[in-house]
Amino acid sequence: MTAHDTNEPSINIDHDEAGANIEHGESENAYSGLLVNDASWAFGTDFEDPLAGVDTTVPEGVDSRELGVYCQMLGDDALIFSQRISEWCSNAPDLEEDIALANIALDLLGQSRLLLARTAAADPSLVPQLPEGSPVPDEDRLAFFREDLQFRNVRLAEVPNGDFAEAVAKILMYSTWRLAIFERLQSSRDSVLSAIAVKGVKEMSYHRDFAGRWVLTLARGTEESKARLLSALDGLWPLWDELFETHPIEASVAAAGIGVDPAEVADEAGVILDQVFAAAGIDRPERGALAGVRGQKGRDGLHTEALSKMLADMQVVARQYPEGQW
Amino acid sequence: MTTEVTGTPDETHLEAQFADTIGRKDRIEPRDWMPEKYRKTLVRQVAQHAHSEIIGMQPEGNWISRAPSLRRKAILLAKVQDEAGHGLYLYSAAETLGATRDELTEKLIAGKQKYSSIFNYPTLSYTDVGTIGWLVDGAAICNQVPLCRTSFGPYGRAMIRICKEESFHQRQGYELLMTMMRGTDEQRASVQESVNRFWWPSLMMFGPPDDDSPNTEQSMEWGIKTHTNDELRQKFVDMSVPQAEALGVTFPDEGLKWNEERGHYDFSTPDWDEFWAVVKGNGPCNDQRVNHRKRAWDEGAWVREAALAFAENSAADSAPTDSPEASSAAAPTNTTAEEAAK
Repeated sequence: MTAHDTNEPSINIDHDEAGANIEHGESENAYSGLLVNDASWAFGTDFEDPLAGVDTTVPEGVDSRELGVYCQMLGDDALIFSQRISEWCSNAPDLEEDIALANIALDLLGQSRLLLARTAAADPSLVPQLPEGSPVPDEDRLAFFREDLQFRNVRLAEVPNGDFAEAVAKILMYSTWRLAIFERLQSSRDSVLSAIAVKGVKEMSYHRDFAGRWVLTLARGTEESKARLLSALDGLWPLWDELFETHPIEASVAAAGIGVDPAEVADEAGVILDQVFAAAGIDRPERGALAGVRGQKGRDGLHTEALSKMLADMQVVARQYPEGQW
Repeated sequence: MTTEVTGTPDETHLEAQFADTIGRKDRIEPRDWMPEKYRKTLVRQVAQHAHSEIIGMQPEGNWISRAPSLRRKAILLAKVQDEAGHGLYLYSAAETLGATRDELTEKLIAGKQKYSSIFNYPTLSYTDVGTIGWLVDGAAICNQVPLCRTSFGPYGRAMIRICKEESFHQRQGYELLMTMMRGTDEQRASVQESVNRFWWPSLMMFGPPDDDSPNTEQSMEWGIKTHTNDELRQKFVDMSVPQAEALGVTFPDEGLKWNEERGHYDFSTPDWDEFWAVVKGNGPCNDQRVNHRKRAWDEGAWVREAALAFAENSAADSAPTDSPEASSAAAPTNTTAEEAAK
């Protein structure tokens, strides 16, 4: 279902034309009834271009390269964070949390596909080149055929997983920040970004709620859970400030009315986090911001050591078959 | 609660009623009287089934991080998530028989309860995700469709929902292999290699041959099981051969050929020595799978304790802001992939 009415741009990534474009052409195929549309096709698993049917014209007065890079920043955040959260699959404290964490990872993965597809549509020159005739779609070229220095996600998204307290603290920080940005992004002049934000706001309200409840639970559960939560927050806190630093591209797209300057949401996000901390009876950690290298950080393509390892794993099969069909 | 005592006039009457219900092919419900052995057999079977879903998350979960396209990553993650959901329904069905999820999980990680042996085989390529969907989920469906009519109500109803989702997974797996067969030579070779590895273990999923399956007779009498292992195995072979032809792969069995007289495919005997070796704990991944589950369970203990303590603290405080959160925080969600799509 789409999040909004017909007079707004809509992106349908929930129920899809699953398998509609599969051609096998053998009428005697025992599976002929098998590869047809099905409304119960799982979330975010569409076969078609995620932006199929959406007008991807770049709004007037907007630099298409800047729009493309901006979408790549947001798309990389979602992709890399999704990849980290999906590592929880089969490892969570109980089945309910396993399912909830997979839901969050799936939502973020869906967001990243739309954003990377928007990158490619806005500026095709940002998409890595593959051998002539390779069927690999743009979103996958961007995800699987770039090096770590070309990823523009914030470093919070990539840091290795810790315990469950670390997971909920990280999700709380990420979703509080990103929700504030997406709420503003809903009124972007770019109709695609606006539609992505409308969908994302619903999803991330749930993510923030999930994480907030667990922060409260752990803070007021046992001595051990409180200690683990405090230690997790302490370890993650140096990554908080980076979320609100304005990259020149972000400043430019914000000025053009298509993006959001993250510095604008710093106060709001801080207040929300403080509310959660107050309800949980814990203090905001006191740690300085993680420095960059010559001032460069995630948005500039300068990452922690963890990212290239994650990418080596994530990209290995795709790169083994640069002309493969999936 | 039922008792072990048998032979009293009351008991005889109840047993007659029970037999009558089974005879009419009606459902036995949790509040109904049932023989203790029936209850035990069911707990064993439902628990084993629930464990299979949860352990079954691992072999495919092994490839989530490396899925070669974002779309395939989403499909795979949603599928593995569905398996967690199936585990939840089944543990709930077992709870109606008086066995808790915690207790059953403890038995699993102590090696006292089993799960489907197929998951003790390794996944060595991303292609295995497709093969597991096609053959392993296909075999599971053959086993499970009759269970939708099983005599115990909660189990049968859980199976209806599970079978629906499993058939969906099977289609996704087959579709992945179809797509790969249209790709490069390396991809086609990978599909054949993967099918070669999973064919025999899939046939073994139906259990030992009928003359070596001690529980089958009683389970059939009680309507817990409705077909024998060999019947289901034959059905699966007959179904799979045309599917393999449509796909363009072969099965690694020289003896596989159509028998006009029987109206079925003949096939060679599975390596039952390997089967028993895996069942008895010497499969390629037995220790790995159980250790993984044990680690996740042990590492989560402090979280489960915290959720309990929080619920208790909140109830004790009875502060108005606490009470609504207490129960929901302990179990924030159990939305499945399909529900998330709505």
